Parts: sequence; C-alpha cells; structure tokens
Amino acid sequence: MDFRERIIKTETLSKDIHLIRIRSERITDSAIPGQFVNVRCCSGLDAYLRRPISICRVCRSDKTFDIAYMKRGKGTSLLCNFREGDAIDVIGPLGSGFTMPEAGEKIAVVGGGIGIFPLLYLVNSCNDVDKTVFLGFRSKDAVVLKDDFERSSNKLVIATDDGTFGIKGFVTGPFYDWLKTNRPDKVYTCGPLPMIKSVAEYCIERDIFCEVSMEQRMGCGIGACLVCACKVKEGLDFGYARVCRDGPVFRAERLLFE
Amino acid sequence: MDLSVNIAGMKLKNPVIAASGTFGFGREYSKFFDLNRLGGISVKGLTLEPRKGNRPPRIAETPGGILNSVGLQNPGVHAFIRDEIPFLRGFDTAVIANVAGNTVEDYRAIVEILSDADIDAIELNVSCPNVKEGCLMFGSTASGVFEVTGAVRKVCKKPLIVKLSPNVTDITEIARAAEAAGADCVSLINTLLGMSIDIEKRKPVLANIMGGLSGPAVKPVAVRMVYETAKAVKIPVIGMGGISNGNDAVEFMLAGASAVMVGTAGFVNPNVWVETVQGIEKYMRENGFEKAADLTGALII
Repeated sequence: MDFRERIIKTETLSKDIHLIRIRSERITDSAIPGQFVNVRCCSGLDAYLRRPISICRVCRSDKTFDIAYMKRGKGTSLLCNFREGDAIDVIGPLGSGFTMPEAGEKIAVVGGGIGIFPLLYLVNSCNDVDKTVFLGFRSKDAVVLKDDFERSSNKLVIATDDGTFGIKGFVTGPFYDWLKTNRPDKVYTCGPLPMIKSVAEYCIERDIFCEVSMEQRMGCGIGACLVCACKVKEGLDFGYARVCRDGPVFRAERLLFE
Repeated sequence: MDLSVNIAGMKLKNPVIAASGTFGFGREYSKFFDLNRLGGISVKGLTLEPRKGNRPPRIAETPGGILNSVGLQNPGVHAFIRDEIPFLRGFDTAVIANVAGNTVEDYRAIVEILSDADIDAIELNVSCPNVKEGCLMFGSTASGVFEVTGAVRKVCKKPLIVKLSPNVTDITEIARAAEAAGADCVSLINTLLGMSIDIEKRKPVLANIMGGLSGPAVKPVAVRMVYETAKAVKIPVIGMGGISNGNDAVEFMLAGASAVMVGTAGFVNPNVWVETVQGIEKYMRENGFEKAADLTGALII
C-alpha cells in the first residue's frame, strides 16, 4: 500500500501553528469528523514514529483535506520543512469519529488550544444545526481559524487566558454561563486535560450528551500495539481503551480521568 | 527459489514472522496487507487471566527507536482461543502463541491449555521488562530459565520457543539453559531495558519509569547476541531487534538466525513485513542463494 500523497499548500496560521493541505481521494472519500491521520515527518530516523494529527477540514469536491499542528518538538519541526508539491506519507483516516448531531438539534463545541482543529471539521460538517462554539487560547497571538469558526457557527465565543482577546480567563467560564440559559442536545470537547475533564463532568452531572476527543502518545496508530492507553470504565471495574482505535472520540461517561 | 524454512518442527513459507507485542492478533494489520504473506505471527503476549496493563504514557520516542511499557495488556488465554484463533486460522501462516506468567505454575497452566489449542508453536516470554512480577525474573538467570522451561516442557505438546532477554551478562549461558531444559528453539532479543526523561517536567516520560527499547537503535546489539547464541546452541535461533527491511533480516540470518521477527518498524511502515520478505528474496537472487535456509550462518569470518 502506498501512503504518499501530494501537498497542495502549506500555511502559517500563527507563530507556532501551521497548516498543510493535502490532496488524497483515499482519505477525503471516507473521513468523518473526529478522525485523524498518522503522518511520517521524515524518511530517516530523526523522528522515528509517525505523528497523529486530527483532520481539521475536508473538501470532497477537490479531494483535499487540512491538518493543523503546533510546532512543538522534533517531529512537528520536521513537518514545517514540507512545501507545496512535496509528497507526504499519511496513513488514514484513523480512529472513531464524533456522533453527528441530527437536523434541528442544538450543539455546543468547547475547544482549547490545538484541540480546536477536529472541532472545526465537525462544525463544518453539520447542517441545519444550531451551533455555539467556545474556543480558548493562551493569548491573542495564539488565536487561529477564528473566521472559519465564525462562518460555520451561529455564535462564536473566544476566551484568552490573559484577556488579550475576547473574554479573560478559561473558556469553560463563558460556556457554563451559557448553559444557565441554554440546553444543548450535544456537547463536543477537545483540548487540555483540565478543560475536557471539567466539561465532561459538568455535562454528565446535567445529563447532557457529551463527547470528548482524547490525546495520547501513539505507536502504530491502528490499534495493534496498545501503547496509547486511555482509562475507561468497564462495568464496575476499569480498563484501558486504545485512543487510536477505540477513540480518539469517547462518550464522556466512559472516561475515567486521572 | 525456496524461501521456506523449517524450525522446531514447523515449516514456515518464509522466514519472516510478526513479532509479539507489535502485531496484536493480526486483525489491525490485516486491513493493510495480506497476512498470507507472512511466515508466521507471534501474537500479543498472553496470560492466564486478562491483564489491564500499565498506566499511560506507555511509549517514548528515542533516537532510532521507542521505549514501551505496555505491561502485557491482553484478554487472557481463554478469550484468545475463543475469539482470535478462528480469525488467525483464516490465513495460511504459522500461529505462535506468546505466553507469560508470574509463577512457574502460571506458565505450566497456560502452556497446558494452549497445547490443546489450534496453534503451531508456543513462545515462552520469560523476558518482559514491563511487569513487576515473575516474568523477567525467570529470564535473567540461567537457573530461572532452566526451571520454567523444564516445567513447561513436561506439558507442552507444541514446538517450544523460549524468548530471551538481552538484559543479562551472558546470553549464551541463558540460551544453553533453555536448550538443556528442552526448548526446541530460542528467539532473541526481547527489548532492552531503558529509560527516558522529560527534562522540562523533570519526570520520566513513561508512567512506568522504565520500559523496553526496540527499533533500529538496538539492531547491532541484537545481531551480536544472535551471532553468539547461534554458536552456543544446536537448536535454531529466531533473530529480532530493529529489523526494518530485507537487508537487516539477511544480516540476522547470516549471523545464525533461521528465521526473523519484525515488529517495531511496522508502526512506521505497515508494509515492512512484506518488504522484508521481498528484500530477502532480492538478496538471494543477487547473491546466488537457492534456499533461504542456506543464509543461516553463512557469515564469512
């Protein structure tokens, strides 16, 4: 199987956030929101493992999809070297997707930092749905894809930790305020652990359907090696699910946050 | 050209076996390539009862390799027999059950159960570095390996492979103990015990602190140990450790291996098993080898 595809464009979204647009019929034909691709950052041994990166946009008509990532370590630094026209080795789409809302439903999306990317694909993919989006960033310079979220949602609320853009503080604040007067049919969240844990627990207490997209260091990315473990309920006991295969999207009730 | 090899009474269609712990029970990779292309599959390490495994993070990337500390997460031997053997038997490839335990009694009990199951061989894992109890304890001394292998041999009706730990002073001594206790074959190397630290957090990367190193980084150590072991014992040796292509596999065979196991490289390249078979074939063609078995120990010193 050949996993090489062509890069259509690369773009810098902020100081650390970069986007790669890839043409791939194989991936765009079957991808659903919440899934990821496993990307090879170099052909040598520099960053040995592939890097799992969420799909943040799919265009079925021109067979392209976007991945966005934060330049953080060796692998993502190597990804920054890719240019338009280059071949890139991507396995995917992988993992479970979000449960899509039904027409007429009201949803809320809560994303933080690099957790916002799979949520953009989600909100872009649901029609006839009342979508309220809450995004949290560290500061103004970290705010990315604002226009894209604005276009595809009914309401967008942005919070920054330092108050340099939008509401000051964690994004959970405005989300919980909004919940006082709104009852969504479904809530979706992805981002830093304290945030997703808080959102998940808040929704469980109020009996609101909530799905969480989890992150963990991966090996194979397809469910064979069992390294990307995520603690989940199994009856009265607990067990470890595979983030790459059983997830990355889990029902909030199933998760046991550590 | 004849790619088949005979080891421990098993005829493999080619010398390439999927290494235990990297391949699950074959289901995931079966979506990527035809498992009929494999000489064999050594399944995820099995224990008598299901095991949850260790807390995450369970993996750390290191130069040219990975550290893992899965901790033998598996559904238990009964679930394997019920749910996985029927699937694996849908393919024309040898099925090797890799087993682990905490006590000699555990090993004997699981081998007794698997002796009546539809599998081709049993691989005794006495070298898992990721569980606190028995496993590695047996594998780290010649007397431990002798004791557990001997106890298992009495009840084992299948070809018995003993998988050796590299975390020992002299691997030949351990290999000889396995041979003396009745092993039909030894496989090596299991992972090298290692550790990686996140200096920003001043914490180990793995929740388990230490883990097993695999991948290209370990290959020279593995080739050396296969070379030493093949000279020390009369039973066949299965070589593994960092194999990423046919040339790597040939290196192990020239050093004395009768077959090879390939694992970690598949995380990066799911085609690696098929490419390794093709690479061996290419080497044989270019170097005038008619039979893959003739590669074994063909090293010129």
